[in-house]
Amino acid sequence: MTTSALTWFARHEIRLAWREWLAIMTAGRRGRNRAAIIGLIVLAAFLHLPAYAVIGRFADLQAPLDKSSLIVVTATIFLAWALMLSQAIESVTRVFYARADLDLIMSSPVALANVFSVRIAAIALAVTAMALLLSTPFVDVLVISGGVRWFAAYGVVIAIGLSAAAVAITVTIMLFRSIGPRRTRLVAQIIAAIIGAGFVIALQIAAILSYGTLSRFAVLTSDTAAAFAPDADSIVWWPAHAVLGDGEALLLLLAGSLVLLGVVMAVFSPRFADTAISVSASAAPSRQGKSARAFRAGSRQQALRRKEFVLLRRDPWLVSQSLMQLLYLVPPALMLWRSFADSSAAIVLITPVIVMAAGQLAGGLAWLTISGEDAPDLVATAPLPPSRVIRAKIEVVLIAISVLFAPLIIALMFASPQQAAVTAAGVIIAAASATAIQLWFRVQAKRSQFRRRQTSSRLATFAEAFSSIGWAATGALVLSIPLAALVSGLLTATIVALTWKISPRRE
Amino acid sequence: MVRNGCNLDRPDIMNSDESALQVRGLTKRFDRLAVDALDLTIRIGEFYALLGPNGAGKTTTLRMVAGLLRPDAGSVSVLGIDALKDPVAAKQIMAWVSDEPMIYDKLNPLEYLEFVAGLWGIDPAVSEPSARELLASLGLEPHLHERCEGFSKGMRQKVALAGALVHNPRLIILDEPLTGLDAVSARHVKGLLGERVRAGCTVIMTTHILEVAERMADRIGVIASGRLVAEGTLTELRQQNGKNDTSLEDMFIALVDTEAAAA
Repeated sequence: MTTSALTWFARHEIRLAWREWLAIMTAGRRGRNRAAIIGLIVLAAFLHLPAYAVIGRFADLQAPLDKSSLIVVTATIFLAWALMLSQAIESVTRVFYARADLDLIMSSPVALANVFSVRIAAIALAVTAMALLLSTPFVDVLVISGGVRWFAAYGVVIAIGLSAAAVAITVTIMLFRSIGPRRTRLVAQIIAAIIGAGFVIALQIAAILSYGTLSRFAVLTSDTAAAFAPDADSIVWWPAHAVLGDGEALLLLLAGSLVLLGVVMAVFSPRFADTAISVSASAAPSRQGKSARAFRAGSRQQALRRKEFVLLRRDPWLVSQSLMQLLYLVPPALMLWRSFADSSAAIVLITPVIVMAAGQLAGGLAWLTISGEDAPDLVATAPLPPSRVIRAKIEVVLIAISVLFAPLIIALMFASPQQAAVTAAGVIIAAASATAIQLWFRVQAKRSQFRRRQTSSRLATFAEAFSSIGWAATGALVLSIPLAALVSGLLTATIVALTWKISPRRE
Repeated sequence: MVRNGCNLDRPDIMNSDESALQVRGLTKRFDRLAVDALDLTIRIGEFYALLGPNGAGKTTTLRMVAGLLRPDAGSVSVLGIDALKDPVAAKQIMAWVSDEPMIYDKLNPLEYLEFVAGLWGIDPAVSEPSARELLASLGLEPHLHERCEGFSKGMRQKVALAGALVHNPRLIILDEPLTGLDAVSARHVKGLLGERVRAGCTVIMTTHILEVAERMADRIGVIASGRLVAEGTLTELRQQNGKNDTSLEDMFIALVDTEAAAA
């Protein structure tokens, strides 16, 4: 394959990646491109405000840093890297399973190793571009407040984007080799879902066990962490030095990332084709279920509910999301456990975490059950009114949320019955609000299109997020500042009511 | 008496004067007129093939009959039930199979049929043996406990068809049911539909495979630009066309060309 042909293929890959991204941003509706781009620019401009709140105080950091600062900066960079890795694993899996052009490419008279090298490079480029886009508000804030030396942070973002893509490709291909293509998709989704959150949660767990607080900074800034940390000239701190404008560290970091990506391309490009072939050969997994079980009797709604529960139980997204939610719930559960020993006031923090998790999970569940119907014609031609179909689906969401969150609330009852009651009310209201928003904005889609749910209606996405955050805050305020809770509750109820008012399906 | 799913003891079915489907003035407009004041009558126990070029309005018509699309005007009566006023009662005795089999990837064929039977409120003591028999007759017995996610389009179509038949519908509406089926599967499906018709069920089917319509249909309707341009048995169509030895394909092309020229 000639260089010009490779360049042409690279352009083709970038165009595909761009259009896929644009389709996600515009919910697949053509003609919305300009609106999507303008919306993104406005959002990016708006994001400078929260970015300033989060990172503005670090703008004056100057080298040399003390060990605690080095640990905090490095941990923040590692968190960004973990999030990028999660995104990259998802992208790599998608390339294997979702691209319809593998047959065409593999049947064409080209050197597959070269083609797949380009494809790996395109994945790395897409991941890095996304990382640059998301990090822009934060780096801008640092540059504006702390000077041009912070431009080096963009270089670090590029380096961690490239290395995250390289590691993601390695992880995914190793998964293919070790557990086979049939299980890789689910496992990769689960890994991608929990990898970003895992680091933060591990820090929180360490903070709770050591200091009785949910703050991860408690661990990072502790004397113990400083004592165990390597010396200031260690390679571990290169990313932190590079962010602060150390040109040599930045160059080494970029070179290291490029070498890593190059090695991954050299090692895995020839095997990419084998992996793709084994995926397509087993793209149709046929899982053998349980043997004969008698048909169950029951009403039509029961049949609908049973079907929804079975599908939810077998849904890979839900499995990964539930695991992630469970991971998020580990820190509050640990706090709860500690609070049995000492009556710490920090236990109040459990309520917003639980309420927020319930709202988020209910939103996802509601989308899967209400919008994500794979056999809409069947349900629509069934002899029961649409209202009863919807009711059965809502019941499934609320039952699932109750089953998942009841154990935590029951445990909370032993520590604080009043807080348990407030949390239970918060869970019910947050779940009901998220479900209602999904109901008002429901669109017909296949369950496998779950990734696009957040872009099919951005209004619904924001409303759902604000509602969950609002009810979580209200729950916390009821326990600490009841008057403020009234204001917060009213505001959140207003958001939900306004969402209903402007929704396409007011019911 | 129940034979092959069709309850022949029902007095309304025994009354041969009653139509299985009566459509009057059915109209639907999207950006253009898709169905134009269509009248259609299909008798009980009849196998009716609805033919037409792409975009003629066949699927739109059937989707309105099945209750999937609200017509702009007109009426639909299914075995005497006004399907627009009482859709639930009409749906109870109808089945719909689309050209794109919509089934649940994460269910196996038995679970899918159990769900469908549950939706139609069929007693499991009746639906389970019927489901097993249907799946076996469609050659799916070795795959009863495999999730549908690994099935080919043909297998999925057979599962969808079994789902449509498991609740013993009296009017079966099929939109291109043979698309994607191999010869053996197509024969299975045709055999099953033929059996149902012999048992007194009514089948209305769209197809682009004219040989199927020629062989299986009691009557054929040709639709173009949302209007019924010809209807009758094969012999009647030939008589209308004035050529007794012409094939259905030739007649179809002539009819469609005439309609296109008129438009």
